[in-house]
Amino acid sequence: MKLLKEFLAIVWRSPSGKASLLVFGLCLFLAAFGPLLAPYGATERSYDAAGDLVRLATPSADHWLGTTLLGRDVFSQILWGARPAIIIGVLTALGTVLIGVNVGLIAGYFGGRVDSVMMRITDIFLGLPFLPFIIVLLSLTGRSIWTIIFAMMIVMWRSTARIVRSQVLSIREMQFVAAAKSTGASDLDVLYKEIAPNVMPLALIGITFALAWSVITEASIGFLGFGDPDVVSWGSIIYQAYASQMMYRAPWWVLPPGIAIMVLVTSVYFVGRAYEEVVNPRMREMR
Amino acid sequence: MKSFVARRLWHMCLTLFVMITLMFFLFRMLPGDPTATVISPALYPKAQEALKAQFGLDRPLWEQYFVYLKNLASFDFGISFHTRRPVADAIEGRLLNTVLLILPSMFLAYVAGALLGTIVAWRRGSKFETALVFAATSLQSTPVFWLGMLAILLFSIRLDLFPIGHIVTPGLFPDNSLKMYVSADFLHHLALPFLVNALYQFCFPFLLMRSTMLSTIGEDYIELARMKGLKESRIIFGHAMRNSLLPLATTMPMILGWAVAGSVVIETVFSWPGLGLLMVEAVSRSDYPMVQATFLLIAVLTVAGTFIADLLYGLLDPRIVYE
Repeated sequence: MKLLKEFLAIVWRSPSGKASLLVFGLCLFLAAFGPLLAPYGATERSYDAAGDLVRLATPSADHWLGTTLLGRDVFSQILWGARPAIIIGVLTALGTVLIGVNVGLIAGYFGGRVDSVMMRITDIFLGLPFLPFIIVLLSLTGRSIWTIIFAMMIVMWRSTARIVRSQVLSIREMQFVAAAKSTGASDLDVLYKEIAPNVMPLALIGITFALAWSVITEASIGFLGFGDPDVVSWGSIIYQAYASQMMYRAPWWVLPPGIAIMVLVTSVYFVGRAYEEVVNPRMREMR
Repeated sequence: MKSFVARRLWHMCLTLFVMITLMFFLFRMLPGDPTATVISPALYPKAQEALKAQFGLDRPLWEQYFVYLKNLASFDFGISFHTRRPVADAIEGRLLNTVLLILPSMFLAYVAGALLGTIVAWRRGSKFETALVFAATSLQSTPVFWLGMLAILLFSIRLDLFPIGHIVTPGLFPDNSLKMYVSADFLHHLALPFLVNALYQFCFPFLLMRSTMLSTIGEDYIELARMKGLKESRIIFGHAMRNSLLPLATTMPMILGWAVAGSVVIETVFSWPGLGLLMVEAVSRSDYPMVQATFLLIAVLTVAGTFIADLLYGLLDPRIVYE
């Protein structure tokens, strides 16, 4: 909690960080209350006075962003789509960093054979083609929000693990670690009470990058048609527009979900960068 | 250096071997019977058994595994469930199509990224820098398939400048000859996916070059060059840029591997008949032999990219070799 407070305070100090935090806050708000604010249901079809479907209607007072081929309100779908984007993004980011930090801590601290085995495994994961592997996994496990989160987590922890490990390698040589050891503290105590707090800034940066990356990846999965069929997400809206072959006649259907993804991800990137520039000016290459 | 290369080569082979094994067992461990798509459960049990024997599925798992390894070694990827023809036939040419789309756009992205990154670092603090950094970050935050759709909407539909997807006009080269690749029609089809991919890939080298340049400019030898009275443009392009190109060069093969893996989306938008599109189609048709083969090929490209990146890194920064 204290860490989070500190994180927010640092980001808030930079102008671009402040603006991005506000935008991200808006996305969180929409994820929580979007479905309540949406004028229509996510898959509700609209009919006109004559009882016909309102297909591909241009934006109007009734439908701010027009309607889809099946008469669904695009504006409402965007609002509904914020929730899966945030849930998938946040859970994947937390899980990814949790795995990555622990692998990095253990490999870096114990060194020797533990380190080389764990890093070999990390290297193998680094060689996995990202999106293709996720698609293969999804084709075997079935498509739901949870399998998507699981599949992304399995592949994404690798870069955090590497970066945390190299940080731990230099921390473990520091004097306060030797001091803690000399008081008879156990390895686990040294690792999680002395060393872990020092890699937390890296973990926070890792969370922002993983969040941004998982939102884009989820959209790509949705676009390729492997998303959760029961959930309206920004990626699946684009997929519907693409699959209907009507997207080129209805820009109002295709533009908003892409812009929504872009705004959310950009804000997350800038929050991460504002923090990173203060905490660790040399870490800009992480992705 | 020699032992460094040998070690990396051994790691690469190990990684590929693990992936090959993973692909074999993944498809056999998980629930559901993947053979159900070719051997209908509605057939008489006798007929099912005969078919299984024909495909070698009645043998023990470890024996199947060795047959699979042996076949892979001779580039035999099995028979496609969908077309009932050898997978190797379908893959032929697809690899080249993917490389022709990805490689030139990566090249352009890196050249433009290095140049603009340098210029922006030179003009640090200017409005130009802020605008370009913001634009690159937003672009990086955009799903590339969406960019592709916008490009088609604007340049193909509204302005009618480029064709909508595909590699050549269908029917123009019925015998699929290599002549296709030197035709104007091919270049016309390549232009839009090439530009979209290059624009998207540009963001990473650009942002990396900028930040490397910014830290290089703070180094002592740059200060020294200034004191010598060298012109600022000479210092930036002659001294700082040359040294900042190092980290950029070492990331390139790895990013190239990622771009090949990312080809699944860009090829889908532009109906570009490469490996990525083939894989997406195979997955949605449950054509498992095809999925395995395309996945493995993409994995080989990714792993080879990482390998070359490691070597370059060792070559350009000798300290790493003695790690």
